[in-house]
Amino acid sequence: MAVSTGAKKQKQPGWQARTEAFHAYVFMSPVILGLLLFTLGPMIISLVLSFSDYNLLNEFHLIGTDNYTKLLSEPLFWQSLRISAIYSVISVPLGLVIALFLAVLLNKKIRGIYLFRSMYYLPTVISGVGVAMLWKWIFNGKHGIINIALSMINITGPNWLLNENWALVALIITSVWGVGGTMLIFLAGLQGIPYELMEAAEIDGANRWSQFRHITLPLLSNVTFFNLVLGIIGALQYFTDAFVITGGGPNNATLFIAVYLWRHAFQYLNFGYAAAISWVLFLIVMLLTLLVFRSSPLWVFYESERKGK
Amino acid sequence: MRFIFRSLRTRSAQQRLIDIVSVLVLSAGAVIILIPFFWMISTALKQNGDVFLVPPQWIPDNPRWENFSDAYAQLKLDVYAFNTFFIVTAVMIGTLLSASFAAYGFARLQAPGRDTIFMLLLATLMLPGAVTLVPTYLMFNTIGWINTFLPLTIPAFFGSAYFVFLMRQFYITIPRELEESAMIDGASVYRIWWSIMLPLSGPVLATIAVFTFVGTYNDFFNPLIYLSDESKRTIAVALSYLSGSPRSVAKMNLMMAAVTLSIIPPILLFIGAQRYFVRGIVTTGIKG
Repeated sequence: MAVSTGAKKQKQPGWQARTEAFHAYVFMSPVILGLLLFTLGPMIISLVLSFSDYNLLNEFHLIGTDNYTKLLSEPLFWQSLRISAIYSVISVPLGLVIALFLAVLLNKKIRGIYLFRSMYYLPTVISGVGVAMLWKWIFNGKHGIINIALSMINITGPNWLLNENWALVALIITSVWGVGGTMLIFLAGLQGIPYELMEAAEIDGANRWSQFRHITLPLLSNVTFFNLVLGIIGALQYFTDAFVITGGGPNNATLFIAVYLWRHAFQYLNFGYAAAISWVLFLIVMLLTLLVFRSSPLWVFYESERKGK
Repeated sequence: MRFIFRSLRTRSAQQRLIDIVSVLVLSAGAVIILIPFFWMISTALKQNGDVFLVPPQWIPDNPRWENFSDAYAQLKLDVYAFNTFFIVTAVMIGTLLSASFAAYGFARLQAPGRDTIFMLLLATLMLPGAVTLVPTYLMFNTIGWINTFLPLTIPAFFGSAYFVFLMRQFYITIPRELEESAMIDGASVYRIWWSIMLPLSGPVLATIAVFTFVGTYNDFFNPLIYLSDESKRTIAVALSYLSGSPRSVAKMNLMMAAVTLSIIPPILLFIGAQRYFVRGIVTTGIKG
């Protein structure tokens, strides 16, 4: 068999490679078209739009950097950046820590552990508008269970969703409820850590904390890296819960950047301005991702180093 | 030797204690996760007047089961369910076909630029969707697709980066011998993809199917911007119109009944196909 394909290749190597390449492009064609139609093309158009005043009613005019200068002098834009930043800075690390903590607990061999794993993953499967509405009811100032529970221990809870200081806190709490996805990725990582390593450390007299600190954490750092990058990207695009639960309010206290973008694109139909917002968001995400990637040699430990490859 | 043995014994006692504490912590967490659901069902079963009782009734005295049928009828959930399942089915077919087809090219066939295209595809995973949003919307607007299901379903036929990646990772673990013997028999690459690779990919296809189902079913943003007719809404969008402002608490029992009904499909899927959810995350190979 190997001989026959070899002989064929020798006969017409260029022709063979060219047919193979042709078929490869046919197979890749949906992806290539998709990249052009839904990613690269729109990105270029969006960049051009961001320098225009296009808004469905107006003709298209290039207006230079007007959208960007207007954006930078717009208090609501800075407000949305601030809200998204606060949310990301709190919810991403908090989510990572809780997810890792749960994953470590769920990595034990205890009876019923599979049931626990499913339960913790469950909220991830049903995330969406329905659950957002449920949270809205839970955070209801008068009749929500959170404040009812607080009143049982004689604390008067805030009117969460109508209070400018507490609305964001409520959304952060909501986000923690959905750490199941991150948790499962950590769990997969934990299960990839060879048991012998832990055993060896245990015989060497390492206590549990130092085992965790010096073995688990470094070996899990690439998973943490993955979760961190996805977490930042997700947090900066956070939309559904803010839209359904608070609608960006009260008084713009939960005006996330994606909500601000939505308003300009689909309420005011300022497509040029909205495109400029999306490019600023894009640059921020790129910058942060780059920063995380750049910092990774300092804290991400790859398997190949351990094997000494 | 004896020393090690003794230390192991105290370790096992210690281990036991840790296990007990772990179970306690996990149970507490599970209660926190389940309380909202319990509260949802409790509210969904209440008489309208009992919703705002203080202290609240956790288990309603006289449950009103009709809330579910009322919510179903009043909110026209049958129409929205039909729309949603139509879109979900189309997206699933598109995603499965395009991901499995494209991945074969990336996994098995050589072509100049192949790896660059693949890296480009992976890079889009980190691209915030917002940056392509406005032009994509305008494009669909220009070709008259707004207020149809087309913008929600057709893009699925162009391969989703994450699932193409997942399929490719799977294909490269399949031994080549199977394909080689088919090739000797004169089968084309397309035939090999269809009748050798696809039948072997059952579990990965199932994984992609469940994630696509959940993602599309729960998607709110796209149906929100592309569908304007009331009769075309999906369940997610219809629910959001029900929700109103943070001040409105009217008919909370019906609202929670609707929410309960809306989360039944993904929950059933999760119970039935749990292992595929877990597998999807493990097979990505990110565990190093």
